[in-house]
Amino acid sequence: MSTPTWKNPIVQWVDHRLPIVTFLDHAIVKYPTPRNLNYWWNFGSLAGVILVVMIGTGIMLAMNYVPHTSMAFDSVERIMRDINYGWLIRYLHVNGGSMFFICVYIHIFRGMYYGSYKEPRELLWIIGIFIFLAMMATAFLGYVLPWGQMSFWGATVITNLFSVVPFFGEAIVQWLWGGFSVDNPTLNKFFSFHYLLPFIIFALVFIHLWALHTHKSSNPLGIEVQGDEDEIPFHPYYTAKDAYGFGVFLIVFLGFTFFAPNFFGEPDNYIEANPLVTPTHIVPEWYFLPFYAILRAVPDNFVDIWGILPVIIPAKTAGVIAMFASILVLLVLPWLDTSKVRSAKFRPTYFWLFWLFFIDTIILGYIGAKPAEGTFLLIGRLATAYYFLHLVIFMPLVGKYEKTKPLPDSISAAVTAGGPDAKEGS
Amino acid sequence: MATTAPDTGDDGTRRDFIFVAAISATAVGAGLAVWPFVNSMNPSKDVLAQATTEVDLSPIEEGQRITVLWRKKPVFVDHRAPEKIAEANGTALSDLKDPQTDADRVLRPEWLVLIGICTHLGCIPQGQRVGERLGDFGGWFCPCHGSHYDTSGRIRKGPAPKNLAIPPYKFIDDTNILIG
Repeated sequence: MSTPTWKNPIVQWVDHRLPIVTFLDHAIVKYPTPRNLNYWWNFGSLAGVILVVMIGTGIMLAMNYVPHTSMAFDSVERIMRDINYGWLIRYLHVNGGSMFFICVYIHIFRGMYYGSYKEPRELLWIIGIFIFLAMMATAFLGYVLPWGQMSFWGATVITNLFSVVPFFGEAIVQWLWGGFSVDNPTLNKFFSFHYLLPFIIFALVFIHLWALHTHKSSNPLGIEVQGDEDEIPFHPYYTAKDAYGFGVFLIVFLGFTFFAPNFFGEPDNYIEANPLVTPTHIVPEWYFLPFYAILRAVPDNFVDIWGILPVIIPAKTAGVIAMFASILVLLVLPWLDTSKVRSAKFRPTYFWLFWLFFIDTIILGYIGAKPAEGTFLLIGRLATAYYFLHLVIFMPLVGKYEKTKPLPDSISAAVTAGGPDAKEGS
Repeated sequence: MATTAPDTGDDGTRRDFIFVAAISATAVGAGLAVWPFVNSMNPSKDVLAQATTEVDLSPIEEGQRITVLWRKKPVFVDHRAPEKIAEANGTALSDLKDPQTDADRVLRPEWLVLIGICTHLGCIPQGQRVGERLGDFGGWFCPCHGSHYDTSGRIRKGPAPKNLAIPPYKFIDDTNILIG
């Protein structure tokens, strides 16, 4: 693309010294985009919009929140009752968190279905996983701040995970707490990090976009763009499509915010933190449930069953390892998937495996919300086993032995097939 | 890159209308969405609930001055002796930097109620406690930059541009006032 010349003299003056207008023109106006992106491609930009909403509402909340054990809970109630529109800002922030995870989960599953993570977009995917990890950390830290019962006991349970580290476990946990239990120093540093991490996510998003714009978007057919006829400019086509998707998203987001603001929450978190009483049924927020299920799935006699792991690993440690591994294994997904064909549209076996994997994560989420006993525990163990079986065993094997369907010659040939341009071919 | 469908011209105005309507609706929506955020920085309901102060005047002896807090600001209440009132009334308006009669500054002459913040740069003038400097005019003296106020709280000498402000207040009964 040639560098455009600008008619407006002020724009010209600025652009000559700081080519920001040219940059934006390249990045979001003329930016060549595959012409066949479907609505599943909306969720990346949606996630970006929610990040901005979360930072905006978060900054407003921080103006009235007090990170002190004796005042945190009351300051949140003051936001709800006394601050002008405080209820709106807090409910936007609370439900925005859930919406952020919904969008990012759809975004991740879209990448898995269409094989978006494959060469040359491996690093794009890996940066995305780091964004996901940073999001999980931010969400956990934020959930502690209202200082309700779930806040306190969630913080206690999650920080105790680090006690499994050999030799230094207890020292690390005390370091995280800044004391001998979750208390004021913990709350203070959690607030500080909760404010810091979104800006790190923001920076990661820009690196994510940098990588994206290097090789451009993947597409539902999973074949490379071959020429101009396969692409359309980002503006007005995808700005309009993204804006429409954003409108639909707002209906859902604001629907929850106004009509069911506590739908995703736990009533126990409206009880102020009490270090002497643990709630009878303690569950994390919904977006952590599949990983929580994996954490609890590891049997007490895990070591005996397998007989291959060093005996020093107790069940608690193995559970924590399994949980972290379930996320970290995604980092190497581009190499676990050995198929050269990207899109599940042309991979009949992987198509079914993808949906089985999707259902498996839903089951894990369901099990994560249930007590870890009886049938629930058994299903949780099977679902956990399948989670790893899919990623570590099935992905490499399917790529090798699957007979894929023939790929279309080009994007334009596929999307115009049957239409008036069909006879032209590619 | 594939190009835009050729504009046939006749639908130009319809397209323009949709374009302008969509941008306008977005701008109005964005403006409305910004308001809750802006308004959240205004005084909250619990702050507004503490925005009035009631003062019982009965224990204040003639010649005594007390300081009360109203909206976290000091308010001077001065039970003036008749000679102080006479002094305030005897001052010609032409001698004043910020001309105002004493009668315009009080509801009842024996009670002078002032916001005790110097109109220069916000210091608190002296004169409330026994032994503090009252300035050259028997009222208050600001130690920061040497502003002198008279027995009506009017600026007489020094850098302050205006008289000490009068808060909104009213007498609930003979011995109680409500400030704010």
